[in-house]
Amino acid sequence: MPEKVLMIALSPTMETGTLARWRKKEGDTVASGDVLCEVETDKATMDYESGVEGTLLKILLPEGGQAKVGDIIAVVGKPGEDISGLLADSAAVRPATGAAPAAAAPAPAARGPVPVSAPAPAGPRTPAPVTGRIKSSPLARRLAEEKGIDLRAVSGSGPSGRVVKRDLDAAPTAAVPSAQRAPAAPLQPGPGDTVVPVSRMRQIIARRLAESKFSAPHFYLTVAVGMDRLLESRARMNEGREKKLSVNAFLMAIAGRILARHPQVNSTWNGDTLIVHGSADVGLAVALPEGLITPLVRDCGRKGIVAIDTELADLVARARTGKLAPEEYTGATFTISSLGTAGIDEFTAIINPPGSAILAVGAVRKEPVVEAGDAIVVRQRMRVTLSCDHRVIDGAVGAAFLRELADALENPLLALA
Amino acid sequence: MAGFDYDVLIIGSGPGGYVAGIRAAQLGLKAAVIERDKVGGVCLNIGCIPSKALIHQAELYNGLPALKELGISVDTKGFDYTKVFDKSRKAADTLSKGVQFLLKKNKVETIVGDAVLSGKNEVTLKDGKKVTGKNIIIATGSRPKVIPGFEFDEDRVLSSTGALMLKKLPKKIVILGAGAIGVEFSHVMNAFGVEVHLVEMMDRILPIEDAEVTQVLARAFQKRGIQMYTGTKASSMKKTATSVSVVLEDKAGAKKTIDADQILVAIGRTCNTDGIGLEKLGIATERGFIPVGDYNETKVPGIYAIGDVIATPLLAHVAMKEGEMTVEHIAGRKVEPRLDPLSLPGGTYCEPQVASFGLTEWKAVEKKIPFAKASFPYRGAGKSVAIEQSEGFVKIIYDPKTKEILGAHVVGADATELIHEILLARTAELLPEDIATMIHAHPTLSEAVMESMRTVEGWAIHA
Repeated sequence: MPEKVLMIALSPTMETGTLARWRKKEGDTVASGDVLCEVETDKATMDYESGVEGTLLKILLPEGGQAKVGDIIAVVGKPGEDISGLLADSAAVRPATGAAPAAAAPAPAARGPVPVSAPAPAGPRTPAPVTGRIKSSPLARRLAEEKGIDLRAVSGSGPSGRVVKRDLDAAPTAAVPSAQRAPAAPLQPGPGDTVVPVSRMRQIIARRLAESKFSAPHFYLTVAVGMDRLLESRARMNEGREKKLSVNAFLMAIAGRILARHPQVNSTWNGDTLIVHGSADVGLAVALPEGLITPLVRDCGRKGIVAIDTELADLVARARTGKLAPEEYTGATFTISSLGTAGIDEFTAIINPPGSAILAVGAVRKEPVVEAGDAIVVRQRMRVTLSCDHRVIDGAVGAAFLRELADALENPLLALA
Repeated sequence: MAGFDYDVLIIGSGPGGYVAGIRAAQLGLKAAVIERDKVGGVCLNIGCIPSKALIHQAELYNGLPALKELGISVDTKGFDYTKVFDKSRKAADTLSKGVQFLLKKNKVETIVGDAVLSGKNEVTLKDGKKVTGKNIIIATGSRPKVIPGFEFDEDRVLSSTGALMLKKLPKKIVILGAGAIGVEFSHVMNAFGVEVHLVEMMDRILPIEDAEVTQVLARAFQKRGIQMYTGTKASSMKKTATSVSVVLEDKAGAKKTIDADQILVAIGRTCNTDGIGLEKLGIATERGFIPVGDYNETKVPGIYAIGDVIATPLLAHVAMKEGEMTVEHIAGRKVEPRLDPLSLPGGTYCEPQVASFGLTEWKAVEKKIPFAKASFPYRGAGKSVAIEQSEGFVKIIYDPKTKEILGAHVVGADATELIHEILLARTAELLPEDIATMIHAHPTLSEAVMESMRTVEGWAIHA
């Protein structure tokens, strides 16, 4: 019997995928585990490994085409098998409006085994473009789908918190824009303006950062840190090393250790509870031509600088080629963003959920500093700014963490205290 | 001030007032209603309830000819309209007593008297007694509107009140105004054999309803021998002790005189906002109505107005809902600050019945609101044929893009009951496909509602 190949969620946040390249062509033999195609998800290009065996009978989604999770993209079976019934079936579940139904089954989390055939959506109703149950009226679901609003981002004002129409009207900015969605007041491009299509990654960045900035009340703490000792230690450690240890590896190792002493900072706001994370998984913002991504090194508090640096080098290299697996860039409990090499002295960063704080790192510069006995000396200094989610971290808590972090950067041995 | 006599003091015990009182008591507020006449207001005593009793008897009487087809001949010689009248009074009295009982049961005090607002938190009764309330709700209702030259004497020139109180029916009557009241009395009187001449200034009867609905009703009325004059006004009237002579004038200016026993003037209602002390509090009425903002609060904080005295449709159930929401707001509950104007149902109890809510086609066109429509005829629901009530249809007005239900218009048997399924769909934000795919018991008239929704979706089975 021929089997449908469905678009699956190749990352936790993926709702639609763009088919980057077919690695098999119609007529090719497919073994389980073979890479069928490459799919551009919200963050990276992923290999789609086949969960079925047979011959690729029909490709339904051409390269460059987009499909929602749950949409059929190809058919695999025995050569010469009749697949017309299967194709008619899949056409029948499509509403006449042409809007493709989203997955009826919850999407598998990461790149686990590919489901052979996810259940087809039942009935004529197009399910809301979300997984899990969200209380919402049928009209609200239809409007959300039309406007490309993610109902999970909307708080409901109807009976028992049901999302109703006016919630979508009332909070268009709090809601999540999709590619089709125009700005609240549609802006007409002027002469000389160019309208540029937005990539999946840009959409996700826009959504996640807006969500973070709108929902997490940010406050900011800045300190100047003396870097002479750390840079001196680094220089010594780098002596004779072919590949130099990055300053970021030092920052991550030290931050991981200080976070272990301030569990409140290494936590996530979870509505009516707080999740205190058991390890410091520190992300590092990496700029890419089409946006940015935050690969993370897990458990920085217990890894050495060299180990972190090795892991980081590999992650950054793969991030630049779009080859990170979702678990390698999602779930950082703390993030470091550095614009020091870009010559920025200091800046504030937007918190990267699920973390509750992010450290914005400026450039190291030589500065005159007043020291004991009013002596003015030249020191290498760096400004760091901590953005905190006030729902989790109060001012004093954030200040205590940042002070201890600054001390440890100034005197790295303190990190081992 | 140490405190007030009541948390909520309500002037008027009509459907708005008594519901507000009971709801207030349920929410733990100390409440009183002030009533100068009978508890229950117009609705119970001289409105909806006794008129529905008359209509019910009229329909029984109207059904007699159908028995002839079965070979049964009924002797109507002994017909006595006073017995019909008595039944209507009995219904009114029973329900008025019922409301008294409910007020007592909920410990809502009833104060008998004529109240005038004498301060932000105070009313003065006619006997000089002062009563204070932390919040005051004005629910004084309305009365039949008078037009100059046609003043009510309740002998030859009747208001709806006078018409309800008739113990003897006229042979021939002129009814001015073909709104719900005029149409319902036309229906009752015609059923009991009165020669009815129904006059309407607008170009059709029930002018605020859907035009196709009106057509169905007008055809039925015509068949029954009710004479209708649309686009026509009554320009003058002469009366004697036993008759009236009414001069009608159509749009072209052509005049016509009709002599009748009585005339019923049902051209609208006037708010009871005079003489209740509004001016003392600096509340000015607008076109007779008390202006209110969110939660029906007037410009004076703590003073609210509900029901017929504010510019929402003059309907008992609207007043009741306004009473509830106002009191719930006072009690600190989270409620909608205003009613959705597209979710207010209305019914006219004639044969066939008319019921509707929300947008009409003509209004959508007028206001340039994009809409789509779908109708399904009653005769497509087998039950309507079986019970010989196959005239009528269900019409849905909806948003062409989202299919949100914007209005519904039903004409036919039990329309006033059928409308609620559609209204629930609107308020719960269900979509036509939700009702289209829900199983409806067979055979029922509700199947016509289901099929109308399938018509929206393009797949009615019995069309």
